[in-house]
Amino acid sequence: MKPKSIAIVGAAETTELGRIPNLSQIGLHADAALNAMKDAGIGPKDIDGVATAGETPVTIAHYLGITPKWVDGTAVGGCSFMIHVRHAAAALESGLCKTVLITHGESGRSGIARSRPAVSPGSLAGQFELPYGPMGPPTLFTIPVLRYMKTYGITEEELATVSVVQREWAAKNPRATFKDPITVEDVLNSRMIAYPFRLLMCCLVTDGGGALILTTSDRAKDFPTKPVYLLGTGESVETPMVSQMEDFTSSRAFRVAGAKAFDEAGITHRDVDHLMIYDAFAHLPIYGLEDLGFCKKGEAAAFIGERNTAPGGRLPLNTNGGGLSYMHSGMYGMYALQESVRQMRGVAPAQVPGAKLSVCHGVGGMFAASGTIIMTNEA
Amino acid sequence: MPEGQRARPQPTPETMHFWEGTKAGELRLQRCNSCRKVYFPPRPFCPHCASREVSVFRASGKGRLYSYVIHHRPVPGFTPPYAIAVVELDEGPRMMTNIVDCPETPEALQLDMPLEVAFEKMDDEITLPLFRPAKG
Repeated sequence: MKPKSIAIVGAAETTELGRIPNLSQIGLHADAALNAMKDAGIGPKDIDGVATAGETPVTIAHYLGITPKWVDGTAVGGCSFMIHVRHAAAALESGLCKTVLITHGESGRSGIARSRPAVSPGSLAGQFELPYGPMGPPTLFTIPVLRYMKTYGITEEELATVSVVQREWAAKNPRATFKDPITVEDVLNSRMIAYPFRLLMCCLVTDGGGALILTTSDRAKDFPTKPVYLLGTGESVETPMVSQMEDFTSSRAFRVAGAKAFDEAGITHRDVDHLMIYDAFAHLPIYGLEDLGFCKKGEAAAFIGERNTAPGGRLPLNTNGGGLSYMHSGMYGMYALQESVRQMRGVAPAQVPGAKLSVCHGVGGMFAASGTIIMTNEA
Repeated sequence: MPEGQRARPQPTPETMHFWEGTKAGELRLQRCNSCRKVYFPPRPFCPHCASREVSVFRASGKGRLYSYVIHHRPVPGFTPPYAIAVVELDEGPRMMTNIVDCPETPEALQLDMPLEVAFEKMDDEITLPLFRPAKG
């Protein structure tokens, strides 16, 4: 993608976040999509490209009354939406369509018509992981962490510090689910879920949705919103089985996606004003900071502990409070993108003063997939 | 006794040799005849060089505790807290497993401790490769 050739011209979350008992999964997609269309000042007849995960593009296009010329149903977990942005950029740049809508909606808490793909007992994960008693992300995403901690001498206190710092950001955000300050002791005294992970090191489970509208930058002036330009994008996948990761201390998918996005954007780490790293669990910002190249191996926990990513620090990270404190419907990537857009528009509740460049990094599955989007508000 | 039964693997044509092996008390891995690399999980070609010329062989059944979590919530077939572990086999590949004959505590479960395979029969067709602290 040519840097700045594509712009995000519409962005919105669902009207409510948290517990939404009056909307099913598709209803959350639609609520977010309608809010994003209103934000961009357009209607369904103006949209000719649809990308989504959780639901199929067929379902979303039909439900919203859209006749697409391009669809993308890439569904690789929570970073699917970063990858949709990347694919949409390629489609828009090559003229396959003119205006793309990307939607997410998930009834993570209320569970109303939520689609949860089952693992087949004959799949490799069904044969070689499931029999040993994992139950979802808290027992799988966390499997590599003891190896990381032993390799680099990281303590449970340092892991807990990630949650504490993110709660500081959440305190500044009226829409955050949890806003009350917490201490390292609070985290370490919270209920054990899967050692070494305690409740406050794990993400929330909430209802919500979000949607984005993209077009080519030459058309961005026709929209009422402040355009947010795509500077670089990256994607990759590694393995559907966390036990088969090449390196338990680093995600190959993170490294590949991140390096590609930085290369495409032609930026250095010093250029980054704002950073989002998908935090389903407390170790993810640590892996992300290292695999994206912001920190050397083994140094990210100390970097967070020294308050570099906290309010007032030099690298504001997860400024909405993250999946740990803001919200987490199941596929959180859309909310990370929304916060990057808000920061680039200058309207975030915890706005980073003068921020011009945001890196938004997502994970899918349990280190299975990754997508990185770099945005700027400078034309 | 824990309630319910753990998830039962369903062997496929490409993995049958592995499950026939555990039933016979053998941990079977595959090695590429071309590049000589050992790999897991099973497939009828080499994931390193794509050669279809591969062999099944009996592994030593020895390895070391590579990483784990101790799950504190109930799952059918398990009594919490129980460890979900990854063992690194002496031949190189890693596999998920459970640890038996050992307290399921952070103090007892030290990373890099030597382990050996302990087969546990689930039913007439399926025997699971679990691991226990190596003797001696």
